[in-house]
Amino acid sequence: MTTRVGVVTFPGSLDDRDAQRAIRLAGAEPVALWHRDKDLHQVDAVVLPGGFSYGDYLRAGAISRFSPVMESLIEQAKLGMPVLGICNGFQVLTESHLLPGAMLRNNHLHFICRDQKLRVENAATAWTSDYQAGQEISIPLKNMDGRYTADRRTIDELESEGRVVFRYLASEEGGLCNPNGSINDIAGITNAAGNVVGLMPHPEHAVEPLVGTGKTDGLPFFTSVLKQLVNV
Amino acid sequence: MARVVVDVMLKPEILDPQGQAVQRALPRLGFTGIADVRQGKRFELELEGPVDDAALAKIREAAETFLANTVIEDFTVRVEDGQ
Repeated sequence: MTTRVGVVTFPGSLDDRDAQRAIRLAGAEPVALWHRDKDLHQVDAVVLPGGFSYGDYLRAGAISRFSPVMESLIEQAKLGMPVLGICNGFQVLTESHLLPGAMLRNNHLHFICRDQKLRVENAATAWTSDYQAGQEISIPLKNMDGRYTADRRTIDELESEGRVVFRYLASEEGGLCNPNGSINDIAGITNAAGNVVGLMPHPEHAVEPLVGTGKTDGLPFFTSVLKQLVNV
Repeated sequence: MARVVVDVMLKPEILDPQGQAVQRALPRLGFTGIADVRQGKRFELELEGPVDDAALAKIREAAETFLANTVIEDFTVRVEDGQ
C-alpha cells in the first residue's frame, strides 16, 4: 500500500503544492487536507506547509492552531504520528505547544530570502533519518518571523536531549550565520519522541536539480518519513 | 455596551526590535529624551452582557490561550470605565 502523507492547506498557505510535489517525488502519495475538515483521511504523516496562514494576524500561526484539522492532528501527533512543520508550519507547531518555545519577528526586522546552509544535528527523528548527524545541507530560507526563542530551562533541555535538529551555518561565501537572531542558531527542533519536527528553512523547495538551490538537499526529509512508515 | 481592554506586551527579557526601530526614529523627528520604547498590542472587547466575574474569567481565559502567547508575552485585563 502506498504511504499517504497529508498536507494541510490553511487560508494563506503558500507552499502546500510544493510540499505535495516533494512527497510525490519521494515516492509517497500526497493527500490534500483542508483546515476546516477535522478528518485526517487516514494519512500516515502530515506536513504543515509554509505561508502566511490567516495573514499572520495576531501572531504567526496563532489562529491556525485552532482550526478543526489541528484538533485531530494534535491528538495523533501525541500518539506518535510523524508531523513536519515548515516555516509557518513550525510557527503553528509552537503555538499548538506540540513543540516548545515561540517564534518572534526577525531581529533585524527584514523579510529574509536566501539559500541557507544548515548542519543536521539530529539524524534520529522521523524526518531526518536519511541524513547523517553533522551533515551540512543548503536549502532555501524565506521568512519574517523566524527568531526562535524559549526560556533558559527549555533551551538547556533541548540542547541536553539532542532535540536541536538543525542549526544555521555561515555560507561558503562567508555570509551571516544566523539569519534572524534565533537563540543558539537554532533552525529546527523536535519533540521528545522525535516524531514532530519543525524548522524555518524550506526543504520542499530543494527537491529537484532544476529549481531552488539547484540541489536536492531537501528530499531526504520526505524519504526519511517514508522509510520510517514502511518500517513500522 | 461594556468594554474590556486586554493589553499584551512582550515579556521584559524578550528583545523587541519593533520598539527599538521606533525608539531610534524618535530623535530624528525631534522627540528627544526617550530612553526606551516597547511596542505591544491592545484589544478592545465589547461585551454583549454585563461585566461580571464569569465574563471576566472567560476573557482572562481567552487572553491566556489565544490573545497572548504566554511563552513570550504578558497580558493585563481591565474594565474600561463608562463614558
